[in-house]
Amino acid sequence: MPLLQINGLRKTFGGIKALDGVEFHIDEGEIVSVIGPNGAGKTSFFNVISGMFPPDGGEILFEGRDIGGWEPNQITTAGIARTFQNVRLFPNMSVLENIMVAQHCRTSQGMIPAIFRTKAFRQEEAEIEERAKEILGFFGTRLVGYRFDQPAFVLSYANRRRLEIARAMATQPRLLLLDEPVAGMNPRETVELTGLISRLRDELGFTVVVIEHDMKVVRDVSDRVVVLDHGVKIAEGAYEDVSQNEDVIEAYLGRPAEGKS
Amino acid sequence: MTNFDLRKSINWGLIAGLSAIFTAAVGIVETFDKSRMVVSPFVSLGFLALLWLVPVLAYRTSLVEELEGVERPEPSVGNVWSGAVVGSTAGIVIVAFTFVLNTWNIREIFIKFSPALLDILTFNRSFALGALLMLILATVLGVVGGAMHLIGAETRRRTVAAVLWIIVIALFERFVSQILRQVQIDDLFDAVAGRSLVNIVYNDGGLTWGAAMIVAAVAYYLAGRPVIDFRETKVAAGLRSTDRRERTRWSLIAAGIVAAVIIVSPMLLGSLLSEILANVGLFLLMGLGLNIVVGLAGLLDLGYVAFFAVGAYSIGLLTSPQFNIQWSWWTALPVAIALSALMGLLVGTPVIRMRGDYLAIVTLGFGEIVRILFLSDFLKPLFGAAQGITRIPPINVGITSVSGINPQGILYFAAAFVILASWISYAVQSSRVGRAWTALREDESVAQVMGIDTVKAKLSAFVVGAILAGFGGALFAAKVGSIFPTSFRLLVSIIILVIVIVGGMGSIRGVMLGSLVLIGVLGGPTQPGLLLEFADFKLLIVGVILVYMMLQRPEGLVPSVRRSRELHHEELSQDAWFDKSGEFTEDEAVAADSEDGS
Repeated sequence: MPLLQINGLRKTFGGIKALDGVEFHIDEGEIVSVIGPNGAGKTSFFNVISGMFPPDGGEILFEGRDIGGWEPNQITTAGIARTFQNVRLFPNMSVLENIMVAQHCRTSQGMIPAIFRTKAFRQEEAEIEERAKEILGFFGTRLVGYRFDQPAFVLSYANRRRLEIARAMATQPRLLLLDEPVAGMNPRETVELTGLISRLRDELGFTVVVIEHDMKVVRDVSDRVVVLDHGVKIAEGAYEDVSQNEDVIEAYLGRPAEGKS
Repeated sequence: MTNFDLRKSINWGLIAGLSAIFTAAVGIVETFDKSRMVVSPFVSLGFLALLWLVPVLAYRTSLVEELEGVERPEPSVGNVWSGAVVGSTAGIVIVAFTFVLNTWNIREIFIKFSPALLDILTFNRSFALGALLMLILATVLGVVGGAMHLIGAETRRRTVAAVLWIIVIALFERFVSQILRQVQIDDLFDAVAGRSLVNIVYNDGGLTWGAAMIVAAVAYYLAGRPVIDFRETKVAAGLRSTDRRERTRWSLIAAGIVAAVIIVSPMLLGSLLSEILANVGLFLLMGLGLNIVVGLAGLLDLGYVAFFAVGAYSIGLLTSPQFNIQWSWWTALPVAIALSALMGLLVGTPVIRMRGDYLAIVTLGFGEIVRILFLSDFLKPLFGAAQGITRIPPINVGITSVSGINPQGILYFAAAFVILASWISYAVQSSRVGRAWTALREDESVAQVMGIDTVKAKLSAFVVGAILAGFGGALFAAKVGSIFPTSFRLLVSIIILVIVIVGGMGSIRGVMLGSLVLIGVLGGPTQPGLLLEFADFKLLIVGVILVYMMLQRPEGLVPSVRRSRELHHEELSQDAWFDKSGEFTEDEAVAADSEDGS
């Protein structure tokens, strides 16, 4: 059974069919890229899976359960975490707090233990902090040490992207959805992040879906590529096959004018 | 001439003059003139209210902001000229106003323009002489304000401190003389010198000439040298200690000191001051509750008074002989708190999907609905409608009973509840739930995607806020003995919100300071403050404070770290950049190098 199986997913905004019967599946331990021209419905695809928009039709089976129409926090608790295309951190919380707060759904101590500072509470707080530091340590020296207490908004753009990935990791998901993780990064950072995405699977065992425009990244990380256009899946397969596909080239470059060439 | 800008000076002079006229027009000048001298017999509070802006603005006009890398003009005679122009402009405006007052009878329209006001403005002289005196006085004040640039920064600070302390000690006459009487120094003086100390220091509600000189001298000498710097004390050092045992020991000692102060102070303060402080405690309790809802979770609740009302009415209903239940206050308290919490749930559940402004409007409506229900004739058998609930018995504490006629007792209760509420705020704020609230405030949809159950988090904030207000209401009912729907007007919600905003959203210490300043000094919606003469102009002053704070210090008096970050994003980003360049390691240099390109 695939980790995530999507059948005939539909989502419309007014008259616009953002997703028009998308079929998709991903197995445990795979890295799959979703590509397509602007407005193809890639981000809508993520928004529907993560529960920000309820689907208008079709089913989303995660570990065999239909999660279509669940609240976003339920879906995160079930084990799907995401990042955003336009980085959306909690800007005034510190780097460490950003990660600590993301462990909310994996921890349980409520207000009463907090007021009485019970042993269980103190233990859990210590664990949360420990785990947060461990996750930030995954990114080398970039987000550790004096960075822990810096508010998120002072970070450089690349570090914000890293922090967002770290925050998604902190929810301890099985499936990570990364929305354009290298957008706006320079070539050197792009190479580094490409390696990081592979490490996410190889070292930490996450299954990853990536939306990406940078074809080099897509080629380097993906086991499989899915191409969306106008809310429809137009191609699927290994990068080499997809990049030769007539429909894909047409979707990106347009159709040559009839009868002229 | 440097430091002199004629146009700017005239502008600021007009502002000073017009605000003086406004102060006179609303009646502040006349009321204050009658009620209190500041330095007897020279300066009355009325004159202070009329003219204080003149030297302040005269100073402000030629103040050049210090900017890095920009040369600042040396203070020169231009500053004095500028001050003189501000002063004389203000003087001319006031004189023109006096002329109008003197020539035409406009009292039918502006009822506060009384002959008494005219007397004040002309120093009880004829119009011509009075006008001349006013003009000279305003100009002199302006010159003084401008000349403040010429003396060194240190001297200036000390002089300002001296003047401010004279005003503060004079205004707090009631407070100071009460303390002097209670600690028996007064009697001692009476026995030794044959005259009570209070009479030596104060006359006609203000400092005597000699006392003012002493206060000024002491303030001038001590300015900038705090008598005790808390951070330098042994206790503070102990609290910072790395050794856990040491820390526990010192926090016990600190708690002991605080407890001792709280136990002793009501005895020294006398009933009026205790009453005022008890009111501060009540509003602080609610302020802390609202701080959780608004400051931490970011839910703008304008109907907060409803929870206060529920707490008070539950106590009334369960304890007053007006009904058949007649429990003791202690038995009724848990029920009152539970009912407030339930109310929090009831109000919270339907509005939980709303955000921002819509939430504010809907909660405002709920607050009014609750008040109107308590007021309605339909529910009269239950809540007594406009007649309210009366004869609420005092709190029985073994040997004695505590009610409004014993404000010290109420103060003890208020202090206990405030400590409880502060601990709850602090403990929850720095826990998993508190972090969820903060995330909720920062970005609700992202918080939800990160696995936070927003409905639960919002409801819990509402409920905790309601519980704290319920405590306040329960205490309020026992304190006043009879409760009426008019005690729970929208204004109460607004005042509590102003406390939170002025003090600093999300900051416990800020809320404490806010309620001390607003409720303690100015007074609550119906409660007296330390400055009784401000009572009629309370809301005006609160409004002025609020506007000033929004313009100059939107993060509040004692801001929470997060809140000030939010309001000063750009400067902080720059600072962080500067900081970073200071402590570069090679590794980071490489990292930063690659970051630069992004």
